[in-house]
Amino acid sequence: MAFNKNARDHYNGVLQDIKDNGLFKEERFICSAQDADIFVEYPSGAPQKKVINMCANNYLGLSSHPEVVKAAHEGLDYRGYGMSSVRFICGTQDIHRELEANISKFLETEDTILFSSCMDANAGVFESVFNDQDVLIADRLVHASIIDGMRLCSALNESFKHSDMEHLEKKLQTYQDKRFRCIVTDGVFSMDGDIAKLDEICRLAEQYDAMVFVDDSHASGFLGKHGKGTHELKGVLGKIDIITTTLGKALGGASGGCVSGRKEIVEMCRQKARPYLFSNALPPVIVTAANKVIELVMSTTERRDKLEENTKFWRKGLQTAGFDLVEGETPIVPIMLYNAKLSQDISRDLYQRGIYAIGFFFPVVPQGKARIRTQISAAHERHHLEKALAAFTEVGKKYDILGKGKKEITEMYGL
Amino acid sequence: MDELEQTILDYVIDEYIEDGEEIGVESPLISAGIVDSFSMVSLKTFLERRYKISIPDDKASPEAFDNVKSIAQVVRDILG
Repeated sequence: MAFNKNARDHYNGVLQDIKDNGLFKEERFICSAQDADIFVEYPSGAPQKKVINMCANNYLGLSSHPEVVKAAHEGLDYRGYGMSSVRFICGTQDIHRELEANISKFLETEDTILFSSCMDANAGVFESVFNDQDVLIADRLVHASIIDGMRLCSALNESFKHSDMEHLEKKLQTYQDKRFRCIVTDGVFSMDGDIAKLDEICRLAEQYDAMVFVDDSHASGFLGKHGKGTHELKGVLGKIDIITTTLGKALGGASGGCVSGRKEIVEMCRQKARPYLFSNALPPVIVTAANKVIELVMSTTERRDKLEENTKFWRKGLQTAGFDLVEGETPIVPIMLYNAKLSQDISRDLYQRGIYAIGFFFPVVPQGKARIRTQISAAHERHHLEKALAAFTEVGKKYDILGKGKKEITEMYGL
Repeated sequence: MDELEQTILDYVIDEYIEDGEEIGVESPLISAGIVDSFSMVSLKTFLERRYKISIPDDKASPEAFDNVKSIAQVVRDILG
């Protein structure tokens, strides 16, 4: 054992620095199933409190849906608890292939491969498919897991200004000498909730002979008329070469992710992706539940339609109250506060009023862009949203930020 | 400001600056959050292609790339 005093002192010092900078993250214990109403113990040891959850990725409200839970039980009963194997040794059951086929059908892609998470999918896909003869050109606001995945790959890691098509075009022109070019973007950007211009991206990809990669984790299941995702909303079904997405958000919310797209790319992942080759197969309980989720989202658009209505109501309510919002149309609705401490104070005040919404600040978002990120769910009923709006308005009045924009808020609270 | 610094400054403004923010050759880039370690690759690649040089990773440190003046020095050192 070599965890000596020096090591302990070193790590305690680093942790203290994180605390001193106000960046220490604490977990809040939820003592109920994930839903619109949850019971929370916060701070640790405090009595449980019933609050409305305004920050889950539970977009379709399927995390605790009775049919999904029932399907999970069936997986457990008929296919057991764990696989005790990676996929290619003895970890692939009939239900795994069934789920991959169902996802391909839903997303309208050629094939799909499951991973333990979308983070793993992003970690594995680039180095399986590209090498140092290639260039990856990513939007500068892509998710951290994409950046990590790109860094694991020997292809040149390039970037373009967020959603700036002119800048992207310039980069595509610069790298015409590369073997393959791949444009990399999120479908919906998780912090601002804005949507990638996939139609324009696909047009540029065609013009400059580039592949298109989209992480659609914050869109799969609800964006587009049938909830297929950003590619459906932007009218480019079948044109995205690589889609990665998660089962950990709208699609049941447990865990698991995938790479879906051109069959050769999927097969390259099956042969070479390290997170696929060296980690266990998804447990049956998740696979059968996810199969049910895909069945539900393909059989009716009721839940995504309700989510759309809820989002409109919520956005309009906050706007009318006078909050400074990031414009958009997705269920990610960020309320801009700019100052990190203000975001923490408002989050705490909301909690006291029975609303669970977290403040986000650097390094999760850029310096000076602190916010409360609210996320709407089909599990929310109108009374949840009305109560949350009343609480937000009350707190907004307390801090005198209603009707004020960046300039006024930062004059009062600093950046 | 010499021609090399001007070229780098122009590139940095075009590549990274939004909202018309004004910067000079000594303005901090990485420590001020204007350029991060991910987007810095664009700048390194631009310099390598423009001046036909190869910048070793240890020379492209966040400290060395924190302002236009020191980036220009890195290029000068390699060009000899």
